[in-house]
Amino acid sequence: MTDAALRDRIDALIRPQQVHRDVYTSPEVYQLEMKHLFPNAWVYIGHESQTPNKGDYITAQIGDQPLLMVRHTDNEIHVLYNRCPHKGTKIVIDKAGNTGKFFRCPYHAWSFKTDGCLLAIPLKKGYEGTGLEETEAAKGLAPVGDMKNYRGFVFARLAKEGISFEDFFGDSLSSLDNMVDRSPQGTLTIAGAPLRYMHKCNWKMLVENQTDTCHPMVAHESSAGTAVKIWEEMDKPEGTPKPPAMEIIAPFMSPYEFFENMGIRTWPNGHGHTGVHHSIHSDYSAIPGYYDAMVEAYGEERTQEILGENRHNTVYFPNIMIKGPIQQLRNFIPLGPDKTLVESWIFALDGAPSELTARTAMYNRMINAPTSMVGHDDLEMYERAQEGLMSDGLEWVNIQRLYEDGEDFTETAELNGTTERQMRNQFDAWKRFMLGGAA
Amino acid sequence: MNREEVTDFIYDEAWMLDEGQFHEWLDLWLPDAVYWMPLNWNQQDPVNETSLLYEDNFMLRLRIERLHGARTFSQKPKSRCHHVLNRPRILELAEDSAKVVTKMHYVETRLDEQQMLALTVTHDLKATPDGIRIAGKRVDILNCDAAFGNIQLLP
Repeated sequence: MTDAALRDRIDALIRPQQVHRDVYTSPEVYQLEMKHLFPNAWVYIGHESQTPNKGDYITAQIGDQPLLMVRHTDNEIHVLYNRCPHKGTKIVIDKAGNTGKFFRCPYHAWSFKTDGCLLAIPLKKGYEGTGLEETEAAKGLAPVGDMKNYRGFVFARLAKEGISFEDFFGDSLSSLDNMVDRSPQGTLTIAGAPLRYMHKCNWKMLVENQTDTCHPMVAHESSAGTAVKIWEEMDKPEGTPKPPAMEIIAPFMSPYEFFENMGIRTWPNGHGHTGVHHSIHSDYSAIPGYYDAMVEAYGEERTQEILGENRHNTVYFPNIMIKGPIQQLRNFIPLGPDKTLVESWIFALDGAPSELTARTAMYNRMINAPTSMVGHDDLEMYERAQEGLMSDGLEWVNIQRLYEDGEDFTETAELNGTTERQMRNQFDAWKRFMLGGAA
Repeated sequence: MNREEVTDFIYDEAWMLDEGQFHEWLDLWLPDAVYWMPLNWNQQDPVNETSLLYEDNFMLRLRIERLHGARTFSQKPKSRCHHVLNRPRILELAEDSAKVVTKMHYVETRLDEQQMLALTVTHDLKATPDGIRIAGKRVDILNCDAAFGNIQLLP
């Protein structure tokens, strides 16, 4: 496809107030995302606490590209293509492990240092005089175009040339900062395994739902609404504190005004968050000892500033969401036009009471597990939409709630919390990164 | 408690789930009992790491009420389930308590989809004046670390 043909194809899919259903359903558009969008963007790989020791690695992906992240002997983290330069065999296939000082391909024992460089080939004399040293294979495991470890969070860009990490994320990094600052030591550690939840829908539906504030009280009435009802009808002494489960689930039934007033902020390049002023995480009860540990580390004023931010969902375009106040990260991994794997990870705040991790673990399993009463109804909506979009009765998907003429997505904006501007912001970025990432 | 009573209880509990007798099933639980379904093989910590389920009486009650709700969209139409049990293996047996482990195959279906899970189910049971009750239940799914779609009923 020529550049002009690609531009025409992409332009035809995105209008200011609606997008064509092909962005969710077309195998061709999905292949274009794999070829253009994901390589040009900065995509989350993993957290440094998953590879604490030299030789520790994890497997990851950007779009359809198999990658690995590994800690080298100099303690630096590298992100490499997970493909033996010889015959293509994946070098490692488990989710995590330790390879020692070098990787050794299980097929023909080509070995590589943990920065990717070729270390040795058995019976190397067979390559003498064949010009091997001039091939790409001799360079070892190929590195990604660029990578960045930002406060423990490792991101990578596949394309050799492109937008810098700082320009791509800009002020949106304030959400990641707030999540990390909530640790008295300023560091996080991954806690346990991720939930892995398979969705038969396009990955963008999940990303859009993160800032969709008009669905909780509708789709989740059966879980959150029923919880509120059971609690109200329960025979209990006056002043009985809400159980933690109620603290987590009840805010999903908050009225429209709550979500309107919480606000939405959008940043350039498709990033944005709900909960500018307050969020469903604002009213969790205090954990004894935590505030004091924070004051000791940061002082009273800075502590209040950090804990005063209660951002709800922050979307980092293209495909992750974080919740700063509870240290959760959800990775929406595309596996096909109608197939998405959602991994939901949680972090412990180093130096903080473990009760905070316990609450986050509870949130994760209650809301985001394949066994979650809340997740069940979300998945039901996505899968119904994926099937419904095949309808030829209407080919366009509406994203125009609180649309304003002349929206400029290069500006940061703060708006009514029920606006769909963040969805429009994502599609503006989607279009640009499909075409190389230029502004 | 004797071996036969314990074994019958395990079979009867699974039968209730398969028949959709969820309120009766809930009555089998002691008020402070917890239903744990780990996310990781040999997971030891249900509190500070994510699990698939770690639910107390309030949450189990919510789960059952929700299944009967008018706006429970993921249960329109409803799911059905089916447990096939290996012979329960009684690990501990005392006058008023027992610990039992049972291998099961669990099938859940809805619309045109059907999935099967292989389970190792550990029950802590207590004798009460009303009969045997569940003091704790742990359900280990053989492929607990795999990516699942919805699992909507109770393995």
